[in-house]
Amino acid sequence: MARAPRRADEPEAAPDLTAAPADVAAAELPPEVVAQSLGDYARGWSLRIRSGESGVLPVIVALVIIAVVFQSISNGLYLTPGNIVNLFQQSAVFMVLAMAEGFALILGEIDLSIGYVGAVGAAITVQLVQPGGSAKWPWWAAIAAGLAFCTAFGALQGTLITRLRLPSFIVTLAGFLIGNGLMLIVLLLAFSGFPSLSGSDVDRVTIYNLMWGAIDPTVSVIAAAAVVVGVGGWIWWSDARRRRSGLVAPPPGLSVIKIVLIGVTAAVVVAICNQNRALEPAINEGVPCVIPSVLGVFAAWTILLTRTRYGRYVYAIGGNPEAARRAGVNLAMVRTVAFALCALTAGVGMLLFASYLGGMSNNVNGGSQVLYAVAAAVIGGTSLFGGRGKPLHGLLGGLVIGAIYNGMYLQSLDVKYQFIVTGLVLLAAVTIDSVSRRGSTSGSVARI
Amino acid sequence: MTAPVAGASAKDGALLQVRELDKHFGAVQALYHVDLDIPSGKVTALCGDNGAGKTVLTKTIAGIYQPDHGQVLWEGHPVHIRAARDASRLGIETVYQDLALADNLDIVQNMFLGRERTRNGLLDEDSMERSAKETLASLHVTTVRSIRQPVASLSGGQRQSVAVAKAVMWNSKLVIMDEPTAALGVAQTRMVLDLIRRLRDRGLAVMVISHNLNDVFEVADRIAVMYLGRLVVQEDASTFDRQSVVEYMTTGGLSRSGGTRTQES
Repeated sequence: MARAPRRADEPEAAPDLTAAPADVAAAELPPEVVAQSLGDYARGWSLRIRSGESGVLPVIVALVIIAVVFQSISNGLYLTPGNIVNLFQQSAVFMVLAMAEGFALILGEIDLSIGYVGAVGAAITVQLVQPGGSAKWPWWAAIAAGLAFCTAFGALQGTLITRLRLPSFIVTLAGFLIGNGLMLIVLLLAFSGFPSLSGSDVDRVTIYNLMWGAIDPTVSVIAAAAVVVGVGGWIWWSDARRRRSGLVAPPPGLSVIKIVLIGVTAAVVVAICNQNRALEPAINEGVPCVIPSVLGVFAAWTILLTRTRYGRYVYAIGGNPEAARRAGVNLAMVRTVAFALCALTAGVGMLLFASYLGGMSNNVNGGSQVLYAVAAAVIGGTSLFGGRGKPLHGLLGGLVIGAIYNGMYLQSLDVKYQFIVTGLVLLAAVTIDSVSRRGSTSGSVARI
Repeated sequence: MTAPVAGASAKDGALLQVRELDKHFGAVQALYHVDLDIPSGKVTALCGDNGAGKTVLTKTIAGIYQPDHGQVLWEGHPVHIRAARDASRLGIETVYQDLALADNLDIVQNMFLGRERTRNGLLDEDSMERSAKETLASLHVTTVRSIRQPVASLSGGQRQSVAVAKAVMWNSKLVIMDEPTAALGVAQTRMVLDLIRRLRDRGLAVMVISHNLNDVFEVADRIAVMYLGRLVVQEDASTFDRQSVVEYMTTGGLSRSGGTRTQES
């Protein structure tokens, strides 16, 4: 996929754009880099939406539609605190796997192996904390071992893809099959059957609580407030500094809106999670531990991709490998590391899945997981053709997939309908992606 | 690679001197005893028909190809340019026809691609944006609306300007441009030719490869013509007219007059 160096500027594809109508040219501009005021920004934004550059808006609209539909057909069960938390937990796995797939997709490659490779890592972790065997590992060492396996497997695939110039589709398809086999081997090692996480020892409890644990409501509120103040303060401070030094910066109103949105989202999520979701008199409340874990992955990969040289090179290779090569970027290294990070992140995702299931079983279908991961990334706005994508897209797309999955499950709809609906949503997302690119003018060649 | 001492004076003025360069690919002799001088503060146009060896010569100077024989003198000192990086280190930057810009990155990100500035391990965007802005302003590239817009949203001339700005940002002394005005409209071509003059006025050596004789006569101070792997003539632009350049390009020599200028055997 997209292995051939794409020429940035084929002569026939480089029209003289001074002739382009002003509004078409303006629609190509991200409004935040030219807007002087909020009014400017709103105008630029609406222009972009009308020309097909809609950003994350369709995803938000899709989420609202999904929520309204399922709420109305589930007799109000869908949007109860208990179910929303459940939805977050189910989505968490898709989110992390989609962020993993993002590394491959931004490069213009694909990794089909992440479902089973992550599953092998999770199986290793779960097996290592099983009691009875001679080698029972502490939870942290077991997790490290599982993730180390994933990273090594990803690095190996990346090496084959870059050094031997094999197509990533085929190499990771082989990795998919090998991972499936390895998972079955690991699951039957030392402990025949299906290693479970139900147990009272600290190691199994800790891994089980990755998904099912909850943070005390008071601590949840304080921590969420701290995060909002920290992130909001940083956004305000850096935007204000850039405005002062005359650099390109969003208008102050936009910074405020961003901060308010983050604050409102955090407040709503914490308020929902702090409701008691167990039947009285039992108590089960507080933000589930999985939310900070997912946000941690999100923050780490966002910083890596947008604030470091490595991340810049990932985008550069996805946009124009030839430009990156001429700029002295070590393409093989960047690509190999990306496949390793992809598999590492997948290991985290499937570990959360094992925790969600309360153990590992040979029924875990890494095949459908990887397809959901690709679907989530693309639904969120990551391009299948390289160069474009963010961890945020994985987060939003994972939420869409989780919302559908949860709603269908709540209706006790058969899995076959769930596959069909998810497939239709994916088709819609890819259609929007491709139509929006065709709609835009100069970017059509490159933005694929 | 022997790095020349900074400020070493060139022996006879030319910044880059190519001497007796040979290059073959299999049985094909792409360059044959090529001699070329590229002086500072002048625009040298390299003309020639398709397959004359212009691109091979350029890529040899830029370090992409290694010559079989011959010598390259930089500021009077012999150098071996083994990779694009060696060329950059000397101060030779090449703007290829396909520009090599990543369309999904913005102008600043493209200008600093591969040479990003960092602070505490993170990209120092502010400092890079400031420098990019200064460079663009010094080249009078003022038509872009924001230097944070993705290159995909730029016109052909603006892309060319960004590619040139990227090249001159690194204290380069020689900028080689491959067909800079191909695929550009009239206004865009004007913009790029102005940019080339501005580079020359800064004292840089500029080498422009072009098929377009209008552009060549408009900006070139010197014209060199290649024919079938040989450099057949290099003189001040004033000594040529259109007719003579075309004749050199198509036959390697002059039939009617001025035959003394040809070096053809």
